[in-house]
Amino acid sequence: MSAFAESEAKETFVLNLGPQHPATHGVLRVKLTMDGEYIAEAEPVLGYIHRMHEKMGENRTWAQFLPNTGRMDYLHALAYNHGYVSVVERAAGIEVPERAEYLRVITAELNRVSSHLLWFGAFILDLGGFSPLLYAFDDREHILDLLESVTGSRLTYCYFRFGGVYNDIDDNFVPGTRAFIKRLRERMPMYHNLVTKNIILMKRLQEVGPISAEMCRKYGATGPVCRGSGINFDVRKHEPYSIYPEFDFEVPVYDQCDSMARYMVRMDEIEQSLRIIEQALDKLPEGPVMAEKVPKILKPSKGDYYHAVETARGSFGVRVVSDGSNTPYRLKLRSPTFSNLSLFGEACQGMLLPDALALMGSLDLVIPEIDR
Amino acid sequence: MNCAAIKQKLAAIGAGAVSETDYARKGFALDVQVAPEQLVAAVSALDAEGFFIEAVTGVDWLGEQAALRKAAEAKVAAEAKAKAEAAAAAGEEAPPAESAAEPGELPEDALEAVYDFNHYESLCRVTIRTRVPRSKPEVPTISQIYPGADWHERETHDFFGITFVGHPYLVPLLLPEDADYHPLLKDFRP
Repeated sequence: MSAFAESEAKETFVLNLGPQHPATHGVLRVKLTMDGEYIAEAEPVLGYIHRMHEKMGENRTWAQFLPNTGRMDYLHALAYNHGYVSVVERAAGIEVPERAEYLRVITAELNRVSSHLLWFGAFILDLGGFSPLLYAFDDREHILDLLESVTGSRLTYCYFRFGGVYNDIDDNFVPGTRAFIKRLRERMPMYHNLVTKNIILMKRLQEVGPISAEMCRKYGATGPVCRGSGINFDVRKHEPYSIYPEFDFEVPVYDQCDSMARYMVRMDEIEQSLRIIEQALDKLPEGPVMAEKVPKILKPSKGDYYHAVETARGSFGVRVVSDGSNTPYRLKLRSPTFSNLSLFGEACQGMLLPDALALMGSLDLVIPEIDR
Repeated sequence: MNCAAIKQKLAAIGAGAVSETDYARKGFALDVQVAPEQLVAAVSALDAEGFFIEAVTGVDWLGEQAALRKAAEAKVAAEAKAKAEAAAAAGEEAPPAESAAEPGELPEDALEAVYDFNHYESLCRVTIRTRVPRSKPEVPTISQIYPGADWHERETHDFFGITFVGHPYLVPLLLPEDADYHPLLKDFRP
């Protein structure tokens, strides 16, 4: 497989991929040591948009950190909202009304679909196909409109509050969401005909970029990356939080371990998210969207607390250490893509450069979340 | 594999304190305190049981010892006061106040390295902690067991200055390449 390994004379050169490169989706630099067209070594260089969110967390009150959560993974901001409010609710013992939990799940799943759609477009763009991006953005636009009507923003959402959500939905949200689900279900076969069954895409992805289950475990890969390697691990099922146990949905798992498997996992997840949203809309109870009696100044009791949620890219965990004051003593943000990207150096050894780019695209990188 | 099995294994290593925590309240099942020299053995045990690595991080406990002493002194003072009041109520002469022990050197504050592990099949989150003195924060690396720890340890070195002994490439990951500061230390001033 690796042409360079056989030749005695090692004539390599260094190639910088990024920090400004369309395939890295942000400011990520990969220092590649190339042997001709093959990669001998790859070292991702991080930190170009490091903002030290963890230090910011120590310098502001529990509630003041909420907007930060939407600015790490800007594509699935609501899951980050969810992870952070959940850990603080766990620490402070706050109960959340049922309607608020439903709204959280509905909006977070809509956000997951929008994230997968953007990934879909951008991934195909990496592989040289331009038009699917335009189709995906067309669909994604409907989600952004729906979420804008509820949350007030289109990208960096800050919708969840300790004890509920900030705003109830309006009259148009439920019919609008149902119409969108119907629309997207009609469009998915088109995506599969246009893209999934495309022979060029198949040749680019099948049996390319293998990531074994053991490699996933050693690097702590989660989300579609590990589910494309035959590991049935989804935090929503594994460690159920919020009201996910009430819904009937499946966790798509493929065991081919290649880039195609990761592609298929995400495409199938769109349908599963739509199923969750549909069931949640059917069951949506009446009632308040904010808990009463949430203290204005929050002082969770001493100790440390952990909570993980499933984002579009994997398991996002928050560990907070509280010293009983109104600011966190320590706030650790465990972001999924950080771990998923850390296996890239090992996984792409001996690969052709264009195949490595396909592998990188299939990891679904969001750089602000890696750098935090 | 269940949590009880790994708990026994960790206890067999001689890990200082293996305690089961209230999962619903805390979000993790096992809280393990080990000495730095036991860390590699503990992590190897987790590896053998098929755990995957979630994250490595640190906590700076600056001021903890002073706070502990202050709390202890307050407790002693409160007890003395209660004794004196009880004596006064009984109409007796107040016992002579015990001369407070000469405060010695404060023990050094610690930096804590925290390792989170999880299992793909069964629900068992394990947290391993190890404490090292702030003036000489050295912890053995686990990157030879979990290659994924490589980046996490580099990040922890960036933020806390904890040296992971034996790490193959301990250069800044998220901070600039010439960074000589550790922003998550509590006495860090920009």
